[in-house]
Amino acid sequence: MTTTMVPEKGAAGAPAIAPHVRGYVERVRGGDLGALPAVTGLVVLCAVFSVLRPAFLSPINFANLFTQGAAVAIIAMGLIFVLLLGEIDLSAGFASGVCAAVLGVLLTNEGWPWYAAVLAAMATGAAIGLVLGTLVAKLGIPSFVVTLAAFLAFQGVVLLLLKEGTNISIRDQTILAIANKNMPPVLGWVCVAAGVLAYAALQIMQARRRTARGLSAVPTSLIAFRVGTLAVISGVAVFLLNLERSRNAAIVSLKGVPIVVPVIVVLLVVLTFVLQRTAYGRHIYAVGGNAEAARRAGINVDRIRISAFVICSFMASAGGVIAASRANSVDPNTGGSNVLLFAVGAAVIGGTSLFGGKGRALDALLGGAVVAVIENGMGLMGYTSGVKYAVTGCVLLLAAGVDALSRKRAAATGRR
Amino acid sequence: MSQAPVLDLRGIHKSFGPVQVLHDVAFSVYPGEVTALVGDNGAGKSTLVKCIGGIYPIDSGEYFFEGEKVQVGGPRDAAALGVEIVYQDLALCDNLDIVQNMFLGRERRSGLILDEATMEELAARTLDGLAVRTVTSLRQRVSSLSGGQRQTVAIAKAVLWNSKVVILDEPTAALGVAQTAQVLDLVRRLADRGLAVVLISHNMNDVFAVSDRVAALYLGRMAAQVKTSEVTHSQVVELITAGRSGELGLQNGNGATS
Ligand SMILES: Nc1ncnc2c1ncn2[C@@H]1O[C@H](COP(=O)(O)OP(=O)(O)O)[C@@H](O)[C@H]1O
Ligand SMILES: [Mg+2]
Repeated sequence: MTTTMVPEKGAAGAPAIAPHVRGYVERVRGGDLGALPAVTGLVVLCAVFSVLRPAFLSPINFANLFTQGAAVAIIAMGLIFVLLLGEIDLSAGFASGVCAAVLGVLLTNEGWPWYAAVLAAMATGAAIGLVLGTLVAKLGIPSFVVTLAAFLAFQGVVLLLLKEGTNISIRDQTILAIANKNMPPVLGWVCVAAGVLAYAALQIMQARRRTARGLSAVPTSLIAFRVGTLAVISGVAVFLLNLERSRNAAIVSLKGVPIVVPVIVVLLVVLTFVLQRTAYGRHIYAVGGNAEAARRAGINVDRIRISAFVICSFMASAGGVIAASRANSVDPNTGGSNVLLFAVGAAVIGGTSLFGGKGRALDALLGGAVVAVIENGMGLMGYTSGVKYAVTGCVLLLAAGVDALSRKRAAATGRR
Repeated sequence: MSQAPVLDLRGIHKSFGPVQVLHDVAFSVYPGEVTALVGDNGAGKSTLVKCIGGIYPIDSGEYFFEGEKVQVGGPRDAAALGVEIVYQDLALCDNLDIVQNMFLGRERRSGLILDEATMEELAARTLDGLAVRTVTSLRQRVSSLSGGQRQTVAIAKAVLWNSKVVILDEPTAALGVAQTAQVLDLVRRLADRGLAVVLISHNMNDVFAVSDRVAALYLGRMAAQVKTSEVTHSQVVELITAGRSGELGLQNGNGATS
């Protein structure tokens, strides 16, 4: 009640870009770093590895990055829902293992068709989330404890499903194709063109509609910048993935975008839509920001909590299917060892807060890319797993530190 | 003005476990009037307000709205009746912007998709209508607002809905002199528009400046509900501190008169 209201209505139709740039700089200085650390880290890491190991930039290695990081990135996308509430799911890794085991048993041992087995695996994921979420929301057990217990229990369930640790090989061609086959190069380009055009059309339409109603709209220059960035990144990626990466192209040709990439993109678009454009997504943020305020606004907080765990475990099941596809098999380690920590790391490195209320589905991909690049680049440099784990752990700690510090800074500058 | 009360509570009891906070409370709120709800810290004012808003279930008692007996089982029921509350702790989500907060739980949609443009327009119109010019952008996060601005958003959120009853729980407690004057002015204007307004305040000057009626809670009992013009400062202070003042108030600590 001190300053005056400066309506940000587009004066004379042409909104300027300057306020947007200024707003962004202000947000960053106020402690809201968003994707900045992840993008910077990604650029620096890629630069360092490509200088030290030129093989890092080879087409085959570039494609490997995607298939290596896919499962973790998908699990991380689901985790974001839980993290947005300020909760945690430590069992997401082994939940994906359980779902992969269900898939393997039904597919290979029981001879189910692939779609039925996938459906069963994903239903298992959703059911797991329902149980976890109910325990957290209705009984009030801290999610840390519930999912830690589930982490242990699921490890056992995987062993039981796999009959004390024998590994089940996956032979179904459709499932194997997800992580091992590629799209025809032409289709890759068609998808990029369609995606970029659709994004541009949506942005322009939205800006038009807002301008027509006299509301502040994103300036055309900013839209052009966003569309251009998307076009360049996806264009370069598809170009690189369409290069021949077989050592012996005469015998077997290996090129095109791995099928897992469009799968990830579709999941990203759907989850982003849910979080940003639907009332449900808004309520997720509200509960994460101030659960009591959400309750007083008539939001069913318990239902939001449970649903977030369902989405998280459901996405873990998708990650499990992809992990099984990539490994051509399911074994007691599927979804185990570092999968969960990498997924949490991916979300946090991408800019999702562990304190709740802040995060996007895209964070999982950005952070997942950082994790995959570290893993892959250090492998090329010949470091042992020991060193890789230690470094990844440090990066996670660094990201969590940035999160905590930016929160402190935000509090100091009155942005929280 | 001898209209019927729009909101009428009778015999409200409320306890938290073994602690009984409200004893047989009666409370009436009239359209076009500001009713000041006063009482010492811990008298049960916020609890009464939360019972009205459906945040806490009442143990027993009757809730009449526009003459009809109603059951309020949750915040949505109260909102559906047209009862809006600005809570003492504001209850805003820091990580959401002004528009998002104002429409929280009642988002406008077209199909599945949130209708951001309409919500922004309505929010802008409401803030303009309050004639409280305070924020630079409706898309500002609430975390970046000052105390007074947050108060404005919370009030705007309450009046957005064509509500019939607006209850403000100590809206001026954290505000400076100028901001307090603005809020009181706003309270008066809402009542002049025909709304029933309940104002909780510890400041006797504020109470006498804007209210038409005073309701005094004393240790969870309604000590008295009187026209503001019929009592003096010191009588109200006595009602707050002792539960009675001469003929007014609780006689021998049980049962309410009015
Ligand atoms: N959720 C609760 N659980 C237990 N006791 C409560 C709760 N809320 C309020 N009380 C108690 O009820 C009494 C009235 O509190 P409140 O309504 O906040 O008073 P006021 O707003 O008049 O200062 C206080 O003694 C307080 O300790
Ligand atoms: Mg109070």
